[in-house]
Amino acid sequence: MAKVLIKGNEAVAEAAIRSGCRYYFGYPITPQTEIAEYMAKKMPTVGGLCLQAESEVAAINMVYGASASGVRVMTSSSSPGISLKSEGVSYIVGCDLPCVILNVQRGGPGLGGIQPSQSDYYQATKALGHGDMQLFVLAPSSVQEMAQLTADAFGIADKYRMPVLILADGALGQMMEPVDFDALKFTPEPEKPWAVNGHGGARKKNIITSLFLKPEELEANVLERDKKYKEVNENEVRYENYLCDDADIIIVSFGITARISKAAVNEARKAGIKAGLLRPITLSPFPSEILNKLADKASAFLSVELNMGQMVNDVKLATQCKKPVYFYGRTGGSLMSSDDVLDEIKKISGGLK
Amino acid sequence: MNKVIFETDACKGCGLCAAACPKGIISLDTSALNAKGYHPAQITDEKACIACASCAVMCPDAVITVIKE
Amino acid sequence: MIVYKRPEALSKVPMHYCPGCTHGIVHRLVAEVIDELNIEKDTVGVAPVGCAVFAYNYFECDFIEASHGRAPAVATGIKRTHPDKIVFTYQGDGDLAAIGTAETVHAAARGENITIIFINNTNYGMTGGQMAPTTMPGQVTTTSPYGRQKMIQGNPIHVCEMLSTLDGVAYAERVAVNSVKNVRAAKKAIKKAFQNQIDKKGLSIVEVLSTCPTNWGMSPTDALKFVDEKMIPFYPLGVYADRNAMGGDNNDK
Repeated sequence: MAKVLIKGNEAVAEAAIRSGCRYYFGYPITPQTEIAEYMAKKMPTVGGLCLQAESEVAAINMVYGASASGVRVMTSSSSPGISLKSEGVSYIVGCDLPCVILNVQRGGPGLGGIQPSQSDYYQATKALGHGDMQLFVLAPSSVQEMAQLTADAFGIADKYRMPVLILADGALGQMMEPVDFDALKFTPEPEKPWAVNGHGGARKKNIITSLFLKPEELEANVLERDKKYKEVNENEVRYENYLCDDADIIIVSFGITARISKAAVNEARKAGIKAGLLRPITLSPFPSEILNKLADKASAFLSVELNMGQMVNDVKLATQCKKPVYFYGRTGGSLMSSDDVLDEIKKISGGLK
Repeated sequence: MNKVIFETDACKGCGLCAAACPKGIISLDTSALNAKGYHPAQITDEKACIACASCAVMCPDAVITVIKE
Repeated sequence: MIVYKRPEALSKVPMHYCPGCTHGIVHRLVAEVIDELNIEKDTVGVAPVGCAVFAYNYFECDFIEASHGRAPAVATGIKRTHPDKIVFTYQGDGDLAAIGTAETVHAAARGENITIIFINNTNYGMTGGQMAPTTMPGQVTTTSPYGRQKMIQGNPIHVCEMLSTLDGVAYAERVAVNSVKNVRAAKKAIKKAFQNQIDKKGLSIVEVLSTCPTNWGMSPTDALKFVDEKMIPFYPLGVYADRNAMGGDNNDK
């Protein structure tokens, strides 16, 4: 199959199906409804199911049930709908179940707007659900990555038995770029002997629950899960290091703003400023180690985001505040231009900041 | 003779079996406490039992076995 | 000859329910039906949040804990991925008729081929006896201490009647477990609700008028009388829907 010109939302859906996902539960919400519509058309042709649930709450609970029964399953939504899923996500974490969730972010808070944003960074990396939990968060930056990271998400979810959140935005969801689906790498689905799908008289019954009333039992359960998170944090960090090794000013940015920033970095280099871009691909686990290393040589960091600076503190923590961390962002659905970012780089470089 | 067997230590002394028995031959043994601290149900006149199993039908803890000879 | 013995599908562990609580009777009936239909190996149960939150410890089949009210959605996720397995939910008043109303209504409307066992004891038992959507007018609970007043707390919901208006419902029957006669009828209804699933008829729900002696402040036997004298007149027993809603065996879902 040659490269296909396809929308980000649809690329996710197609990649999910090619990853062996045969179950999608969702609900319409702008700017990601195309996923449900693509799934509704495609799933029956591959013997799968796309079911429009009565709400995002119902959808995440259908995902919980399907995942518990031992299949690859996903849901998608946008910011307000993701908020609705919080409790369900916590249950999926508490039961150590795999699933893939896509958030195509829109302006918030509240009903907000329908234009792109990155203002669910906190929610995704810190707080999508109560309790001691960590989500695996992937941030694609192109339509090809929307596809590949979806394929990766199913593999990671199954390997670690945890939900994987793909944090995209309305721009990535709606834009069209060529995708080479044949170049995608997939991870096969492992056996799931823990699933609840009828013991068949062949094994002991399985119980899927996150309820542990005895404090010692709940503590043991949480500590056991934490071992898994430590393994994830050690082994699964991903990022793109674009010209950072000799950079003076390092932009830290993900998703659509990373692309805008890359253009600004190139212009800055032409203007004689040693700029670089550290693009996290995993937001959780955060690429702290590389940022810490870069902080020894660089003079400053600039976080470029479509929100009020939600990632700034993570950059400060990662770099241990060795160097100043500046912030430039737009919110409400507005996007900055690469010239806007270039201006910020120049301000920092000129010592005006 | 019909037999009614109570798993005495699993009984919670709720009395539903006694109330259901059409022969009135089940009562809670107020002279004894089982392992849970309840007065367990007991059959007072097994010869009169007709093995209708009303007691077993009402028991919320499934502690009763009814055998018809 | 053994006339009655504990069903195999009921785990050999003590159940934590209050003495005389009819949860135990209904658990027993469900286990008896699972034995009689020989479906334990293919069954997955969905436990609620409520007194029956530990239901997964009391049955020998696979079980999953759902978040409050969402059992029909969780059941949908399991049944749609494993249509040849038997999936049932076991839910109380708050789970099914308050927080879970949308999930209940939509699973019924979709005609999900599952079995719902609905325990109606007119209050929220686990949390100490608060008002439920099934609390009757004038009934005193901890959050309706002056009795349920229409102008303040509104009206209760008749679940079977409401769900019977949905085309996906194959079977809706209200039963009680407060007497030997009623328990035997309840078992028949529960068996039919599971058989319907085997026959792919659509959604089956059995609403079981149950007791809560502890929160009603009554002895177990007085609680049975309350069902007769107060609940059955307000929530009449009977069949509210009985049809092949989803086309039965001839219909591929």
